Amino acid sequence: MELFTNQVLAGIATGAIYACMALAVVMIYQAIDHLNFAQGEMAMFSTFISWQLMQWGVPYWAAFVITLAFSFAAGIAIERILFKPLTKAPVLTNVAGFIALFAIINSSAGLIWDFTIKQYPTPFGSAPFLGSQLISTHQAGMIGVTILLLLGLYFFFQYTRIGLAMRAAASVPESARLVGINTSWMIALGWGMATAIGSIAGMLIAPVVFLEPNMMGGVLIYGFAAAVLGGLTSPFGAVVGGFLVGVFENLAGTYIPGVGNELKLPIALALIISVLVVKPAGLFGRHIVKRV
Amino acid sequence: MTTLLNVKDLRAYYGQVQALHGLSFSLNEGSLVTLLGANGAGKTTTLRAICNMVRSTGGIEFDGKPLNNRSTESIVRFGIAHVPQGRGTFTTMTVEENLQLGAITRKDSAGIVSDIERMYAHFPVLKQRHTQQAGTLSGGEQQMLAVARALMLRPRLMLLDEPSFGLAPLVVRDLFGILGKINREDKVSILVVEQNAQLALELADQAYVIETGRIVMSGNAKDIANNEEIRKSYLGY
Repeated sequence: MELFTNQVLAGIATGAIYACMALAVVMIYQAIDHLNFAQGEMAMFSTFISWQLMQWGVPYWAAFVITLAFSFAAGIAIERILFKPLTKAPVLTNVAGFIALFAIINSSAGLIWDFTIKQYPTPFGSAPFLGSQLISTHQAGMIGVTILLLLGLYFFFQYTRIGLAMRAAASVPESARLVGINTSWMIALGWGMATAIGSIAGMLIAPVVFLEPNMMGGVLIYGFAAAVLGGLTSPFGAVVGGFLVGVFENLAGTYIPGVGNELKLPIALALIISVLVVKPAGLFGRHIVKRV
Repeated sequence: MTTLLNVKDLRAYYGQVQALHGLSFSLNEGSLVTLLGANGAGKTTTLRAICNMVRSTGGIEFDGKPLNNRSTESIVRFGIAHVPQGRGTFTTMTVEENLQLGAITRKDSAGIVSDIERMYAHFPVLKQRHTQQAGTLSGGEQQMLAVARALMLRPRLMLLDEPSFGLAPLVVRDLFGILGKINREDKVSILVVEQNAQLALELADQAYVIETGRIVMSGNAKDIANNEEIRKSYLGY
């Protein structure tokens, strides 16, 4: 029983990270109808920035905030420079754009910081949380930060005018322009926010998976699985999907014989395929009907 | 009376296809003008060209200022509210959020709050449903919402694209009554595109008839309504 509880709690902790990645993916998907394959690499690069800042002696939380600001600006810049010109391009052109971005960021990180694995600090420590062996303080911190982030985002989208404008631009772009919303900037803003959210995921998971240019590969696949499970059109679904995938991954690794740590990743892929076959809209997604 | 909207030699294109062939008309401040014509005549295209949602050439002046080459969202800031064909409802959002979106370019939050109340007074059904998802409203209610959303801009000119489309005759009567009231009491100039010529002519001061991208007839709405020949050959009633 203790093993079970332990695995569930650990699953919720990593699930929080998947939820962040899924949310970032869904935000961009909502804005431009494409999956950002480079989301993980962008998060990885941001994490390196924060690590570099700390190497230069900046305290953790200051580095955290500076990295958020950097990621936000970088996300906007990537949208303006690379994807705004591709707005009307076919799907494959966009996919090529994402893959190019992936390769460029991955290689630049390797070039700047090399491919050796680095330790990444945690501000929460790794002692047992509240004296319990079930979960560490860092895992509790991951969950806590994610919940704060989600509450903040909920408040932003539900109660601010700019949040309202962003939702309008994503749901009916033409009507949004007709009430005077600059939809193009709303997309850029979405990129900025998604990149910042991704950087939080990167900084929280780095103490667990260690810092290196390929650290986010697996995480992003789980993030995709979470987004698909929850429904690509639903930010709420993405978050729920993230936690579900985290728990599912841990339980499968523990209880299904032969899966263990090595076969956890194929489980995520199997999950993506099963959802797409059984319920393509995901748990909370809207079924999109197009009039022909 | 001053001219609020002046359109000169407007030509519009969808890709290689030309939809408007040099169309000219004007609208006086405070008046209600209707554009009539059959399906595919170019009525919707004319409205879309005014808001720069379709490639066009020619002169479009609003209150003496040219609108050409401005983005759709910046044209809204001149005080032009466009209710597109199909109403453009934000279906996944609540009725109240739809109204707030109509005023998204305004800065006076107190004014916005009181305007929302004013809309609820104009359209009591919207007040009943203000927390409901707009997509769950009936067609008539959605059209009321679309008009209310446009009014939230405090527009000087409202462009309406077939407000009667898909609505029951009684609902259409209601709606046109409200449009007339808005025009008279709130001093909003209105340009309305309609297929329901009879009703539009009752409401309008001035009418233009479009056929295949050209104005073929214009004049006082009463005169056009009374001219049997025009009615039979262009308006089909």
